[in-house]
Amino acid sequence: MGNKVERFFKIGCFCIMMISALNVGAQNLINGKKIFETRCLACHQSDGGGVPNMNPPLDGSTNVNGKDIARMVKIIQNGYDERVALDGMYYNNAMIAMPDLKEDAIADVLSYIRNSWSNKAGLVTLAEVKKSISKNKVNKK
Amino acid sequence: MKKGLSILSLFLLVLSIVGKAQENAGLRLPAGFKASLFADNIGSARHITITKSGVVFAKLSNPNKEGNAIIRLEDANHDGVADNITGWGKYGGTGIYVKGNSLYASSNEAIFKYELNSKDEVVNPSNPVTVVSGLINRRQHESKSITFDKGNNVYVNIGAYSNSCQTKDRTPGSQGMMPCPILDSAGGIWKFDGTKENQTYKDGKRYATGLRNVIGLDWNTETNQLFVMQHGRDQLNTLFPNLYNDSLNAELPAETFYAINEGDNAGWPYVYYDPSQHKKIVAPEYGGDGKKEGAKEYKDPAVAFPAHMAPMGVLFYTGTQFPEKYKNGAFITFHGSWNRAPLPQEGFFVAFVPFKNGKATGEWEIFANGFGGNAEGVKVINTGKAKARPVGLAQGPDGSIYVSDDTKGAIFKISYNK
Ligand code: HEC
Repeated sequence: MGNKVERFFKIGCFCIMMISALNVGAQNLINGKKIFETRCLACHQSDGGGVPNMNPPLDGSTNVNGKDIARMVKIIQNGYDERVALDGMYYNNAMIAMPDLKEDAIADVLSYIRNSWSNKAGLVTLAEVKKSISKNKVNKK
Repeated sequence: MKKGLSILSLFLLVLSIVGKAQENAGLRLPAGFKASLFADNIGSARHITITKSGVVFAKLSNPNKEGNAIIRLEDANHDGVADNITGWGKYGGTGIYVKGNSLYASSNEAIFKYELNSKDEVVNPSNPVTVVSGLINRRQHESKSITFDKGNNVYVNIGAYSNSCQTKDRTPGSQGMMPCPILDSAGGIWKFDGTKENQTYKDGKRYATGLRNVIGLDWNTETNQLFVMQHGRDQLNTLFPNLYNDSLNAELPAETFYAINEGDNAGWPYVYYDPSQHKKIVAPEYGGDGKKEGAKEYKDPAVAFPAHMAPMGVLFYTGTQFPEKYKNGAFITFHGSWNRAPLPQEGFFVAFVPFKNGKATGEWEIFANGFGGNAEGVKVINTGKAKARPVGLAQGPDGSIYVSDDTKGAIFKISYNK
């Protein structure tokens, strides 16, 4: 009997934890969507499909779904104009720097682009963004 | 027997549906016109040009899978489909033009010249003559389109490496530089001698200025005048959100068609053209508020098209195959917008501009539609999903016109048979 209650309690706790974790994620994604719509959508388009030869797709991008968060943080903070092949294609527009985006906004917009359209990658936390920024600073020196 | 019949009829039904989908290569055209797919998947085809014998040359924005960036297409058996396709050239670019026995092609910095033999084959694919080099290429608006007058002068656009000459390009609130320092070497049309070699800026002449970026241009041989299509500025809403909302941005500014005389100034970056006010308006980077009218000295457009549709090619029709109304009028390709987002995109068609006595009437109409793969009345929402995006235009010796696409690399052939 006691065992059962304990088990019930444990499962309940676990469920609440899961739901609140999901909630945190959901709130981040809602913020991220807003930032995407005002700051990124013009170029990368609402379906994340980009514009051929101009702006790369974020949907299905190996880098966007990949592990190098620091690179993406740097792209947002410093802009990106390197004309390197992205998934085998070249893009001739330049991405402007957005130094005014706060660390938590960067985490939210990255979480959003990594979990929208067909993308299914991990959420990006504020701590990861902070770590990325200091890593990028060290690399710059 | 009965079963056999129904299978047969099902088969016929499927055939007719498939056949219907392919009709006119998926394009919607005025009555009496037909389209066929002259070629497909040749790579990102930008401008095209056609010799007197009907050989088509296409310039690709980047080398294709075979590593070629200039493609020669010949329809040897005259069935409307290219059957002999070869290529060469490692440099990406946009411009290509046949003049006499010479084929001119441009990279994003230079213009090269090849010689054609009597079969319209290129004699010197690996060592062309450099006609002009050292033209500015700073990534943005870097393509160099070319056209010729009736003589041997070549006109090349040099696009501004900027959206609106802000101190900080495409940065919210940043002010415009005064005067805009870009205009001395870009943001206009330059004229060079097509017969000379190794020219640079100092050998050419700035023929027209105040043009942000031109990709489509053609010489009107009837009026002996250059016509160009400017790509209007982007991002009024994201750069000046207190003055322009998303729906204003979707309609501003017009894509403008100009009849150019030597020395003309179309006013970029200081003004833009508002198609609903029918006025040149001072740009917000230069103190504009969306209403203040720009200086009279700047050129007015011959035709104003809806915003952001990205005009890519201009062709004055000189053939006799099409009905009389098309003679000496201009076809213009619209690549399809991306700057109208979050509103649905526009363009992805070929427009026709009627001319009367050498002047545009100011009217325009859609000639060929459906390149984006969108059904009638349905808009392309996201540009990346468009099936094809029209770019280059050329007229064949029989008076048919050809339209290129730079997504996968289709070439459509459009003809008229009464
Ligand atoms: C002015 C247009 C523009 C805007 C606005 C813009 N981008 Fe970009 N973005 C680009 C271009 C162009 C590139 C590629 C640049 C290159 O190839 O050098 C790019 C590249 C990227 C990449 C790298 C993609 C890859 O596959 O490696 C990411 C990630 C990215 N952008 C995210 C964003 C986010 C997030 C925003 C909004 C906060 C944004 N961009 C806003 C134009 C833009």
